[in-house]
Amino acid sequence: MILSGSDIIVECLLEQGVNTVFGYPGGAVLNIYDSLYKYSDKLRHIITSHEQGACHAADGFARATGKTGVVIATSGPGATNLTTGLATANMDSVPLVAITGNVSTDLLGLDSFQEVDITGVTIPITKHNFIVKNIAELADTLRLAFDIANSGRKGPVLVDIPKDITAATYEYSPAESINKAGRETYDSSNIDYALELIEKSEKPYIYAGGGIISANAEEELKTFAELCDAPVSCSLMGQGAYDQTDRRYIGMLGMHGTVKAAAALNSCDLFIGMGTRFSDRVIGDAKVFGKNAKFIHIDIDPAEFNKNVEVGCTIKGDIKEVLKNLCGKISQKKCGWTDEIINGDFGEPVQKGTSELPVTPQAVIETLDKLTNGQAVVATEVGQNQMWAAQYYKFKEPRSFISSGGLGTMGFGLGAAIGAKVGRPDKTVVNIAGDGSFAMNLNELITASSHNIPIIELVLNNKVLGMVRQWQRLFYNKHFSQTTLDARHIDYVKLGESFGIQTFVIEKCEDIEPVLKKALDISKSAPVMIEVRIDRDINVLPMIPAGKPVVNPITEIDLEA
Amino acid sequence: MNEQEYVLSVKVSNNNGVLPRVGGLFSRRGYSIKSLNAAETEEPDISRLTIVVSSDLRVLEQIKNQLMKLYDVHEVKILTDAVTREHILIRAGNSAEDRHKIIEIANLYRAKPVDISANSIMLELTGEPAKIDSFLNLLKPFGIIKMVRSGITALERD
Repeated sequence: MILSGSDIIVECLLEQGVNTVFGYPGGAVLNIYDSLYKYSDKLRHIITSHEQGACHAADGFARATGKTGVVIATSGPGATNLTTGLATANMDSVPLVAITGNVSTDLLGLDSFQEVDITGVTIPITKHNFIVKNIAELADTLRLAFDIANSGRKGPVLVDIPKDITAATYEYSPAESINKAGRETYDSSNIDYALELIEKSEKPYIYAGGGIISANAEEELKTFAELCDAPVSCSLMGQGAYDQTDRRYIGMLGMHGTVKAAAALNSCDLFIGMGTRFSDRVIGDAKVFGKNAKFIHIDIDPAEFNKNVEVGCTIKGDIKEVLKNLCGKISQKKCGWTDEIINGDFGEPVQKGTSELPVTPQAVIETLDKLTNGQAVVATEVGQNQMWAAQYYKFKEPRSFISSGGLGTMGFGLGAAIGAKVGRPDKTVVNIAGDGSFAMNLNELITASSHNIPIIELVLNNKVLGMVRQWQRLFYNKHFSQTTLDARHIDYVKLGESFGIQTFVIEKCEDIEPVLKKALDISKSAPVMIEVRIDRDINVLPMIPAGKPVVNPITEIDLEA
Repeated sequence: MNEQEYVLSVKVSNNNGVLPRVGGLFSRRGYSIKSLNAAETEEPDISRLTIVVSSDLRVLEQIKNQLMKLYDVHEVKILTDAVTREHILIRAGNSAEDRHKIIEIANLYRAKPVDISANSIMLELTGEPAKIDSFLNLLKPFGIIKMVRSGITALERD
């Protein structure tokens, strides 16, 4: 049948099983929005306050569901507003398809109104991108975009479509998705070597990253850990890849990982990293990272091998497949060291502040964990709020922790929580924010209330940019440069209510449970916000300073000194 | 590890923007390009880039793996046994007393005069990069006015 380009776009989205898109209209996408109007019974469109929020929402949707998120933006500023969201998704390997309008092909390259070379701009922050200058290629390009976003190591793909292409008509016939993107093949040549290392190891330690979640390999990981009789840590991106209430789980590894995980790293004889890119925030000083251990690295992306840490035994492939293969060949191990680590007391720090404010973020998050039975989807902003969420919420299942790990995008969480809730309406979705991150993209509260997306926005308000302040305290002679936000007089209750969002304040310890309960109840049908007033000097501990060896983490910071 | 020059032969789709994709990868990851040559191949949709990089073996492996992640890149070969050639056009000083000496050197290298004016002579030469270098060294004393090198092209031997 003959369809307009914009109808072809919507048909192609439906082909891919897309039922929700996030976006913002504008001149260059008028044709697309006209088709969205026509197809509104088949495809839900959620307008956000800002394209960045739409991109984070599509990202949160993708992380929470495992499906590909879709975002639509107009040309020029609409497109450039996506860039932070695309870079965020790119760093965390999130499958996303961004569709941008552009000026008509005859106006391209002439500095036309709202023209920007968005494919040029986004080359380094997308997995791939396209500009469609011929309507004959439109449908297959969109199919290919989904294929690329979802193959191998996943990532965002942008498709830029000039306005005349969306207006033109062309023959459209529905097609199965195409399979043109390269698939990483399984290279099993090192399997025997890996098996030998595992066989010989007396102190194996498993470190699982976000790749486990992307590959849906959590069950294989669990079986593998039991067969190896190894303790398990997860990276920040790997939160939820392993049930944190299981005895083998010894906490996060890295800059704000547990003392126990650091001890395991330094005493293990075999370090098995999987679905991880050995981020600098984890390895600290690469030269001495796990210096007593041999390494196995399993990943779908061979470019991660020997990039940050030199590894003897690398296995390229889909982790699920690799782990299945390994599990079929390992004989059950028993390691005395593992029990020593799991049961050992390594002196985990207590995080304290200085002021009279009694409520601590850890108490709030632990109560939230208890009340939701560790089964909520928790989004975060970036900074202390993010680390506390990772440290104190006991994630039990994949796709329940939604956080900007690689790019560290403040302002990510609210949009992402909205997307996550749209994708998983059955789940309680909480965004744990700091007051700094909250202020960056609080405009998306309007999205939550206008579409009645019932999330809980939990703002840990310490009136400072806490993580930066923590570094200033430790490394910049307590010069709290531009990180004290006392002059911001925000009445969260009035602010929330002006957007039509019920808002509560937690100021006393005895408020924590009843307010959280009330919020959880309201969030069955409407969005709700909580301001938690906390001390500004509670530091995230333990801490390994950037670039330093992951040995003897800082467990106490003298607030008087 | 020791840095060394390596020649990469990279097959890419002839798509819009493939050069910025490849070039951007090198610049943002800090890989050093010594030369880059790009042109079509026997297949109309495919171009071949010949890239000379300076790196150690670990970074070389990184470059190869990162290039392979680009959707438009189909194949990356690190050439070890290959015919390598470079083409040069050079305009050198041409005073009456130098002219014979320059032509003598050109003959020695089988370089061809392609343009002669009152004040200068333009020569072209194709050869292995080392031969080009030594040719240039001999011409330098006469004053090199302008030159352009094609960068290395290479094909592996059978």
